[in-house]
Parts: sequence; C-alpha cells; structure tokens
Amino acid sequence: MAKPTNVDPEVPQGVSPEKADTSLAASAAGGTVGWVDDRVPVSGFGRKALRKAFPDHWSFLLGEVALYSFIILLLTGVFLTIWFKPSMAEIEYEGTYALMRGIPMSEAFASTLEISFDIRGGLLIRQIHHWAAILFVAAMIAHMLRVFFTGAFRKPRELNWLIGVGLLQLGMIEGFAGYSLPDDLLSGTGLRFVDGLIRSIPIVGTWAEFFIFGGEFPGELVIPRLYMVHILLIPGLLLALVSAHMALLVYHKHTHFPGPGRKQTNVVGQALFPVYAAKAGGFFFIVFGVTILMGALMQINPVWLYGPYNPAQVTAGSQPDWYMGFVEGAIRIIPNWEWHLLGTTWSWNIALPGLGLMGLFAILPAIYPFVEAWITGDKSEHHILDFPRNAPNRTAFGVAAMTCYGLFWLSGGNDILATQFGVSLNQVTEVMRVLVFAGPVIAFIVTKRICLSLQRRDHERVLHGSSSGVIVRQPDGGYSEAHAPITTEEAFTLTQHHEPAALEVAPETDDRGVRRRGGKQVGSLRARLSRWFAHGRIAKPTAEEIAEAAHHGDHELEEGDVHELPTEEEAATH
Amino acid sequence: MRSPTPKRHHKAARLLLVAAALLVTGGLYAVVAPATSVAAPTPEETVARGQELFAVSCASCHGLNGEGAGLLNETAPSLIGVGAASVDFQMRTGRMPMANPYAQAPNKQNTFTAEEIAAISLYVASLGDGPAIPDPGQYDPSGLSAAEVAVGGDLFRTNCSACHNFQGSGGALPNGRVAPPLLDAEPIDIHEAMRTGPGEMPVFADGAIPDKDVRSMIAYLDQVHAQPSAGLTLGGLGPVSEGFWGWVAGLGILMLFATWITKKAARK
Repeated sequence: MAKPTNVDPEVPQGVSPEKADTSLAASAAGGTVGWVDDRVPVSGFGRKALRKAFPDHWSFLLGEVALYSFIILLLTGVFLTIWFKPSMAEIEYEGTYALMRGIPMSEAFASTLEISFDIRGGLLIRQIHHWAAILFVAAMIAHMLRVFFTGAFRKPRELNWLIGVGLLQLGMIEGFAGYSLPDDLLSGTGLRFVDGLIRSIPIVGTWAEFFIFGGEFPGELVIPRLYMVHILLIPGLLLALVSAHMALLVYHKHTHFPGPGRKQTNVVGQALFPVYAAKAGGFFFIVFGVTILMGALMQINPVWLYGPYNPAQVTAGSQPDWYMGFVEGAIRIIPNWEWHLLGTTWSWNIALPGLGLMGLFAILPAIYPFVEAWITGDKSEHHILDFPRNAPNRTAFGVAAMTCYGLFWLSGGNDILATQFGVSLNQVTEVMRVLVFAGPVIAFIVTKRICLSLQRRDHERVLHGSSSGVIVRQPDGGYSEAHAPITTEEAFTLTQHHEPAALEVAPETDDRGVRRRGGKQVGSLRARLSRWFAHGRIAKPTAEEIAEAAHHGDHELEEGDVHELPTEEEAATH
Repeated sequence: MRSPTPKRHHKAARLLLVAAALLVTGGLYAVVAPATSVAAPTPEETVARGQELFAVSCASCHGLNGEGAGLLNETAPSLIGVGAASVDFQMRTGRMPMANPYAQAPNKQNTFTAEEIAAISLYVASLGDGPAIPDPGQYDPSGLSAAEVAVGGDLFRTNCSACHNFQGSGGALPNGRVAPPLLDAEPIDIHEAMRTGPGEMPVFADGAIPDKDVRSMIAYLDQVHAQPSAGLTLGGLGPVSEGFWGWVAGLGILMLFATWITKKAARK
C-alpha cells in the first residue's frame, strides 16, 4: 500500500534539477552531442525527456516486467530461429536422444530436439524463452489489474488502455502459436483443441478450418503458417503497439498515487535521468537474471518426454499454457450442449465457452472505461490514482471478474486438482459449474464490504486519529482508548478524493419550458446506475466534522469516546 | 549289559552324559528337522493352505469360494478366472485386502509373506483359468536395443499416457478413481497390471501387446525415469504446474525486487 504521507517537504518534488543535469551531460559528452545535435536536433528533446518524472511504487514496475520479458523473448527467440526448422515433413529421428531414435516425427520436432540436446546452450535458451513467455503474459495481466483497480484507465488514458487490451490478446495468440511450433504431443493436442474451436464457429466453421489448416487436420501447412505468425506477424504488431503504448505513456505522463503535493497537474517522482534510468535499467537486468535462473533451474515443456505429435496419442494432464487455461476450463466443465439441425451440427459446448468466453475476455475490458465514464458522467482528466477502496463498485467488479477468470482457470486443471487433492474429478467439475456463477457474486459482495470497511476506517482515522494502544480508566470506572491524532499529510491523503454526485435524469424541457434539443441527456437507467455507482461509498468527513471532532477530542476523557460511524445510506445523503 | 566298574565313575560323568546326549539329539534334530519341512508341500497342500488364508483374509468380501459379493461388500467382484497374476499384483502392491470400500483400492504396505501370496494365488488360480504369474523373462527390461526401447516409448504414449501421463506421473479418472503414478512400479507390477487390467484399467492381452513389447515399454519407463531432468521437474505434471510456478516464483520474486527498488530513495 502506498504511504505517500512520508513525502519529505524539503525535497523539491516533481521539480527536476534541470540545469545541473542536462548541462553536465552536455558538457561531458559535448563533442559528440554537438556533432549529432547539428544534424538531428536531439538536445532539446533530450532535455525534456531526461527530466521526465516517474513516481515510485512497486506496482508501477509490473508493466516494466512485461516490457523486459518481451525484450528477453525477442533476444532468445532470434537464437532459436537460427536452428528451428518450421516444417511438417516427416523424417525418422537419428539424433542424439536415444529414446526417440528411429521414431517418425516432423522436422519441426526433430529440430526442437536438436536445439535441446545438440546445440550448446540450446536447452537453456529454450527454457528461458518459454519462462519469459509465461512471465510476459502474467506481467501484462498483473499490470492491467493494477491499472484497473487504481482507475488509471480513465480519461485521458482510455486509448492506451485499449492498446493494452490489444497487447494482451496478441500476447496470448503469440504464446499459443509459440508453444504449438515444436509439434510435440502436447502442442499437437492444443492445436487439435483449436481446430475444434474453429470448427464450432456456426456456419463457417468447417470452411475456416480448411482455410487455416489447408485441408484436414493436421495437414502439412499449419506449422509453417504458425511460424510466420509467431516470428513475424504478431511480434511486428506487438512491437508497434508496445511503441504506441510507451509513446502514449510519455505523452500522458505517469499517474501517481494521491498525497500532499501530488496534483492533477504534476507528476511527483524521480527524474528519468539519472535515478529512474538506473532503477529501470537495473530492473531489466534483475528480470533477465530471474528469467535465466528460472530457465536454468526449472524444467519447462520437456518436449522429449511428450514425444512427437501423433493424432492417435494423448497424455493425461494435457493442458495449454496458463493463459489459455480459462478457455480450457470452460470447455471442460460445460454440459454437452449440441444441436443437430437438418444435417448440421451446432456445437454450443465448444462455441459458447471457447469463442464466447474469449470474446468476453476481449470485449469486457475494452469497453469498461467507456461504460464507467457513461455511468458516472465523468468527463474530467485524472492523473491522480484512486485507492481501490474509494471506488468500491469498480473494485468489487474487478475482483468478481478475477474470481470468475480464476475459477475457469482452476477448472482447466480439474484433473490435476482431483489427483493432487484426492477428490473426485466429477465433483470438481460439478462444483465448478456452480462456482463460476456464484463465486463472482460472492466476491463482489465481500469485496464491496471490505472496501466500505476500509473507508470507514479512513473516516475514523481522520476524525479521531489512530489507536494509541493506551487504555485510559476513568474516575467512574469506564475505559476508553486514547487516540493519537494523525499527521496533516495523512489526513489530506485520506480526504483528497472527489465524491462526484450521481447523474440526475435530465428534464425534457429547460427552465423556460422549451424542449431540449438532442433529446434526453440522461435516461432513467443511466441515472439509476449512476446513483448506484456513486452512492456505494462512505462520505468523507466534512471540514466541520473534522473541526468538531478535534474539539470533541479535548473533552474526550470526560465524555468517553463514543461516536457513531455513518452508515452507507447516511453517507449517500451527504 | 556289562555293568561299569564303580571306580571309573566320575561325579560329573552322568551330567556330562546327559549334556552330550542332549547335544547330539538337538544337533541331529537341527540337521534333520529343516529337511523334513523343506520337503515341498504338494500343490494340493498349497491350494488348501491358500484356501485357509483366503477364508481369513479375502472371503468376507469375495465370498467363501471367491464367487464375489460377500457379506461385507456386495460390489466385490468374483475371482473365478482372474488368475494368479491378478492376485499376485493386488496383494503384493498392498491393494488387497482393502481396508475400506473406497472408489479404488489404494496401494499400501503389503503385510503378507511371499509364500502366503503364492498360496492364495494358487488357490484363486484353481478356481478358473486366468493369467499366470509371469516369469522374469517376460518382464525383465534388460538386454533390449536402443531402437526397441524407443519403440517402447511410442507404445507407451499410444496405450498408456492417456491415463498415466506422458512420463507415468499418473492422472485422474472419473468418480474419484485415478491412474496411479508408475514412478515406483516394479517391472513385474506393470506386466501383471497390463495382463489382468486392475480397477479401471483395460486388459492388454498377449495378443495385442506381446511380452517383448511389454519389456520394451518397461525399459522405456525405466530409462525415462533414470535420465536427468532439465531442472526441477515441478511434479512432471505439465503446463498447470509450470504456470503456477511462473506466477509464484517468477512474478512473485520480481515483485519483491520491485518493492525493494522502489523503496530505495535517491541520495539527496
């Protein structure tokens, strides 16, 4: 949790030592910079760029983990392309791995074995590449959750949020294409899964399948095609979107958590040069180091154990990489709904959880900022983040979505859950069928209650200070706890947030009785939603209440410390 | 009988004589007695002994004559025709006798001696024809060429991995049953299980997978389990555990570093 109260007022926050830094840098590298600057005017840009402020908070580094793992993926990926053969031509393996010798397999699989066993460092690089991919998508999701729960997606950053949603979707497809390439038993089973998914598209499914696979599954085209997608098409798109994402980040500037001196118009943090550059650069090496350690110490995707893909074979524990797990889970637990109409098959058991859920996973995050803005009617810019508790409905919605995702995800490993915890596979499946619907509702209610409790605690702290731990016994025998007042900085942090009023249904006519142009501005549904969204909070204490509480504190010992907290409804009327 | 002269009698002579006689008798018995017990019981005797043991340890569920559906467990199968291999597998691995009527008999510590199991096996085999306990030559994985072992791997992936996982780590089956891990299975266990089809497992008969192929599959498993892994195997369960450790160990550790880095303030 951010504790911005310890901001040192003596440090000129947000004001970078402009002259000292840039002039020093210029004189140190004077000649070169001068030469370059004469041709490409970089110093002006550099002066601004080097002074960019970056606020410090651990959660702001989640996006950096994603960026750095992407760089690691590019570096290790180049290494792998040197030896990988994206071909489905069948050969008989004659390499060094004895347990596969003589087994027919595709060139793609054989070259993966070669990378693993014959190329120096090949296995390490392969494992680093795979772990980095797991981290890449994980960090993207974690980063996205940070942005969501702190409200950083609000104006003016909606476009960057959309780019982020696109990056996540592309990252998942990229990962899928990547782990399909070795043409091992597991990746072939995954491809078979996607083949079914494509076929389940109503009406055009079979044509789409033939288009993508170039005929019946598996055919001989899909690996070369996925290779092109994996090393050219999607990385190109990812690079372009990452650049746009970063450019918009620089343009909008970073958001910061609330605190004294932190305004909508400034950014309080370390200047890019030298402190933040050192931190970010150092962090890159930490991410690289951790990924290398993972690649060196933890086995991942041991394709030589899976064997080459053979449509007649399958293995227990056939699961996709984690980021596709929620789709796998949905397909595992859905009842077997299928229509047979006029000689056609409508596989709702695949189409609904597969296409439907993946569609939801793309669409819901994409439209959320606009839906929330529509509900609140908020058109202002936001550069100060929300504490998640101060937007209880949003936070509760986010946790409900996480719960739903997580339960689908767990369902994808229902067999592993059954064997590891000694429970019945059928019961896991049946429980999950209920939980994926009930879990989010429970999560929403619980989260909202927790948020409101945290708000009440804030309210309490501002009015009555923090618990001192000192119990005072009064002459009449009563007991009360003395409260220590909190600092002004903390009080500011806890009360700085805005409490926008709910939208009202706009009258059809203006105050002169003339019908408004453009019809109704705010419909009754929108007003109701807005009221629900805005009223789910504990009103922060007013100045009078704080003054009264301070006064009240003087007589605390005589009166005892009896006070009532506002209820939710009461708060709504403030 | 000549009476001994009293002079030649020592006081201890009688005592010594008794001791010597005891020693000779005991020694003779020690030499002779095992010989009489080693004299192998006839098959009929063993079957009878097996039937006694069966009545004590098995009949409460499988019926006094192995007909199944005994007093304590109506779902217990008939053992007529399951063969000696089945009894040997179930008892040696501790699956039978079952402590509780679970969905599936778990393997546990076996408390019977080899002779007892052999006797019960022979008794059950006498109830009806079934797979016999295999000879070592039928399951011993040694002496196979690398190519044969590789084929064994392909056969394993075709016939076994769907339930037992790609390296025999085990997997889930419906209604609380599991395909157990094969990591600690003995070669004879695998051979007997394939021939007798315990629990949910189908029977892989000699006509479908001959002994030679069974040997190569066992050899493949042995070699896969013996070879070094590329780091911690994370349970050998595939992408589920990889994803779990990616989040927990990967992102978790990086977030600890991130907290550390962002706590570090710039020098004033």
